[in-house]
Amino acid sequence: MSQELVLNAHNLKQHYEVKQGFLKPDATVKAVDGVSFTLEKGKTLAVVGESGCGKSTLGRMLTMIETPTDGQLNFLGEDLLALSKEQQKELRQKIQIIFQNPYGSLNPRKKIGSILEEPLVINTNLSKAERKAKAMEMMSKVGLKPEHYDRYPHMFSGGQRQRIAIARGLMLDPEVIVADEPVSALDVSVQAQVLNLMMDLQQEFGLSYVFISHDLSVVEHIADEVMVMYLGKVVEHGTCEEVFTNPKHPYTQALLSSTPQLSSEKRRQRIKLKGELPSPLNPPSGCAFHGRCQYANDRCRTEGPVLRTTDEAHLIACHAVEENRLTEVSGAA
Amino acid sequence: MSLLKLENLSVTFGNFRAVDQISYSVNEGEVLGIVGESGSGKSVSSLSLMGLIDYPGKVSADELTFMDQDLLSMPEAQRRKITGSDIAMIFQDPMTSLNPCFTVGYQIIEALKTHQGGTKKELKKRAIELLTLVGIPAPETRLSAYPHQLSGGMSQRVMIAIAIACNPKLLIADEPTTALDVTIQAQIIDLLIDLQEQKQMGLVLITHDLALVAEVAHRVIVMYAGQIVESGPASEVFSAPQHPYTQALLASLPESAAGKARLEALPGVVPGQYDRPKGCLLSPRCPYATDHCRNVEPASQGPLERQVKCHTPLNAQGRPAA
Repeated sequence: MSQELVLNAHNLKQHYEVKQGFLKPDATVKAVDGVSFTLEKGKTLAVVGESGCGKSTLGRMLTMIETPTDGQLNFLGEDLLALSKEQQKELRQKIQIIFQNPYGSLNPRKKIGSILEEPLVINTNLSKAERKAKAMEMMSKVGLKPEHYDRYPHMFSGGQRQRIAIARGLMLDPEVIVADEPVSALDVSVQAQVLNLMMDLQQEFGLSYVFISHDLSVVEHIADEVMVMYLGKVVEHGTCEEVFTNPKHPYTQALLSSTPQLSSEKRRQRIKLKGELPSPLNPPSGCAFHGRCQYANDRCRTEGPVLRTTDEAHLIACHAVEENRLTEVSGAA
Repeated sequence: MSLLKLENLSVTFGNFRAVDQISYSVNEGEVLGIVGESGSGKSVSSLSLMGLIDYPGKVSADELTFMDQDLLSMPEAQRRKITGSDIAMIFQDPMTSLNPCFTVGYQIIEALKTHQGGTKKELKKRAIELLTLVGIPAPETRLSAYPHQLSGGMSQRVMIAIAIACNPKLLIADEPTTALDVTIQAQIIDLLIDLQEQKQMGLVLITHDLALVAEVAHRVIVMYAGQIVESGPASEVFSAPQHPYTQALLASLPESAAGKARLEALPGVVPGQYDRPKGCLLSPRCPYATDHCRNVEPASQGPLERQVKCHTPLNAQGRPAA
């Protein structure tokens, strides 16, 4: 089944120069180091990983808030990075972002109406009445009432604010929504409302989502494909079902086993990870995960693994998986 | 033996009741989970146990005792001796609850010095022991580290070290892992439970993460808008919730909706200060609400170890018992 390809990233990189102080040479932080993926129309790609793994930076690159230092980014067949500023502006309207914290991402001095209409003012020639009609329509789509039009953000609860942020993202009829932890600041009952809304809107508008999250149970519910990142690199990439039922990479396995589960049957044997995410300023040699991995051997310490397919549509970057060393240790333990 | 006992504890700010007549007890060696959404009063109730509610907040209770000593009527100085040593608390955000101006060692020793005293050398030795106990590598050198030099997980370990410095009998952990990543959360929870079992502490674990409570707590209390709506053994509350709110919370978790396209969402939000409904506080959001619910506030019913505050508690099939 060939689906329409919306977004195609190839080897995206974002490196930052960091000053280390007088006389010391600048260091490079490889926030995102060679990420490739494709996103089909109407699908959801989830990016998961712990804080500091580069998932938000990736989201910012996709929306061109930050220009990647290297790599290619194709949107509907056009290379976004090679276009002129004018053309970029045109296409960027079609990729919108929803931020994590709805308390920080809405301007407290603007009414909801003008927050929603601002993208139209900047990017279209619609008249005032047309803009208002469009804002009203979008408000009813995301479950806000018409009287909310003249209110300020502080008058809304967190869930309602996130609805406003979603409505704002949808004002320019985008193709792709990058949702950067859209529900992590919300309570579970409200989280469910917002997730339902996002799924409804996806169906209605045929949106594609890049869903950035650290909450694996949310990801399992909403995603079609999952990409697990660790220290700027993708370590595992596959369909949602594949990754959750048959995780291969030791890091994915540990992540899944660390997530608390309500029902005792679903609980996995906890894999204890030693230590924490290493500093990206001074990443370990070889596989970035080797310091915390129970399967690490000498090869892992010296040679960085590359993503390779195990079977169709399941990519893993791990020497231990490739050499089939995984079962030995866990069998002995 | 019951360590902490509270009966009809209320915390009011002016006319607003943040915590509304809650009663529970914690036994030695028990893990009690308190769950609820933001605004349900779980943090305020624990702050009141520590005596950390300032004017204009007012704490009142029919009974608030710790090991049979009345916390409310005792003089401030005596209470200060108990809180921080026998009752200790871990706060939510480890990055901001440590003082950035002082070293980790200073802050651990401060707690020890206040409550136990000792020579400089002894205190330092004990601080190193504590850091080792909470699993911080190279504790000797870490004593002189400042909080900004530590990661979130490490800061939380330091907070735990400070809290258990004086061998508390009761530890209150207010969202101890909310700011942390899952793999670090697993480490911290394992550490807390290990310490709790070793020292036979009572542990009150306050969180909004239902799955976390389901994994570690013995008993669980569900709070909604300042009230306890359901309490009981963790396994029972999660497998057969009797209160519609508990049922709805569990159903709204993505893992309960496996295979279904939509999540079961509870409409609306927790009522705030100005929109408290009459009758049962859940009635505007409750799918089973009747006129009776909208007018008359229900009382807690059921046996002491399995209480539910609802006119029509749910039966084993998850339907209201008519």
